[in-house]
Amino acid sequence: MPRPSEPSRPTRRQAIGVTAGTLTALALASSAHAAPLSTRPASDAAHDAPEAFDEVFQGRRIQGLPGAGHMHHGGGYSVRIDGQELHVMRNADGTWISVVNHYETFATPRAVARAAVVELQGAALVPLV
Amino acid sequence: MAVRKNQADLTAAEKRRLIDALLQLKRDGRYDTFVRTHNAFIMSDTDTGDRVGHRSPSFLPWHRRFLIEFEQALQSVDASVTVPYWDWTVDRTPAASLWAADFLGGTGRSRDGQVMDGPFAFEAANWPVNVRVDGRTYLRRALGAAVAQLPTRAEVDGVLAMATYDMAPWNSASDGFRNHLEGWRGVNLHNRVHVWVGGQMATGASPNDPVFWMHHAFVDKLWSQWQARHPRSPYLPAAGTRDVVDLHDTMRPWNNVTPADMLDHTRYYTYDTAA
Repeated sequence: MPRPSEPSRPTRRQAIGVTAGTLTALALASSAHAAPLSTRPASDAAHDAPEAFDEVFQGRRIQGLPGAGHMHHGGGYSVRIDGQELHVMRNADGTWISVVNHYETFATPRAVARAAVVELQGAALVPLV
Repeated sequence: MAVRKNQADLTAAEKRRLIDALLQLKRDGRYDTFVRTHNAFIMSDTDTGDRVGHRSPSFLPWHRRFLIEFEQALQSVDASVTVPYWDWTVDRTPAASLWAADFLGGTGRSRDGQVMDGPFAFEAANWPVNVRVDGRTYLRRALGAAVAQLPTRAEVDGVLAMATYDMAPWNSASDGFRNHLEGWRGVNLHNRVHVWVGGQMATGASPNDPVFWMHHAFVDKLWSQWQARHPRSPYLPAAGTRDVVDLHDTMRPWNNVTPADMLDHTRYYTYDTAA
């Protein structure tokens, strides 16, 4: 299998831009229990991050990469579909969800990426707002 | 005092007025601000970090406040309108009147999931999906496709029997009433209904489907039923919990309302049937 070219990873600034809407909504006023992101303990997910993957599934390129996810999620795992980031999250029991399948859990980031491909029916992800 | 009714009991005129108010909020942009707020919390609430709207004890008071705000927006258009509830233990098939063309319209077509009838169909041009996670701008559903059955009354009763509101670690791994109602654990009530509807309802932008409000109005009613069954069971945790909204902590994004403020819904609305 030909090795795909290095996927374009988001810069820190892009990652922050992606979540600007979220942060604006959340940071409008102070909150007693809102811990600064930088002081959060490493999540359990960080100790056993799943391995990277890169494959074509039903005509879409899906990729998973540890250490590149949204900063505010602690899990630090990035999933992409045709180069566009799919927002994923790890549950306390180790299962995964994505913004496309948010109420249904999957065993691995690859399974959640494949489920998103099925759900998208060819549609492109849009940048997160 | 506003009375929230079972959607199955609405008259044709009540359905029409609710639809008209929904379409007006969509036209003037206010509807999409609710979708945007919900998705922001969906993406930021995490099991190991700060969590407010979901996977945490404040799931129930947060959504109660969210629905009150939405209901007030509807009432600014038409003061007679309230948010009806969908008892999915009773109206549990795609043949229910909820999904008829004179109300929410039915399931999506097989090719692309697009809802083809009712006031929210893309063809009617009144319901563009603007706040979205993918490129598709039409309302989608796949009723009963991803999970075959909606929860039964017996399953609901099993969850209502749980006497403890919530438990450490106060997230999607918790035992207790809140997490079983939310659905991350056990028979799965609230989450399963999102999956059963499919389309946008299965995503973080689930309020794009107007059924979101009726689903959450019923979840809210189940909370009040639980309170009636367990009058000595308090909201938990009480105080001092990291990353979690305690009883007297304020909730984002409003910052002026606490779970304690939301415990008694009769200050804001009543239901057509007793809890």
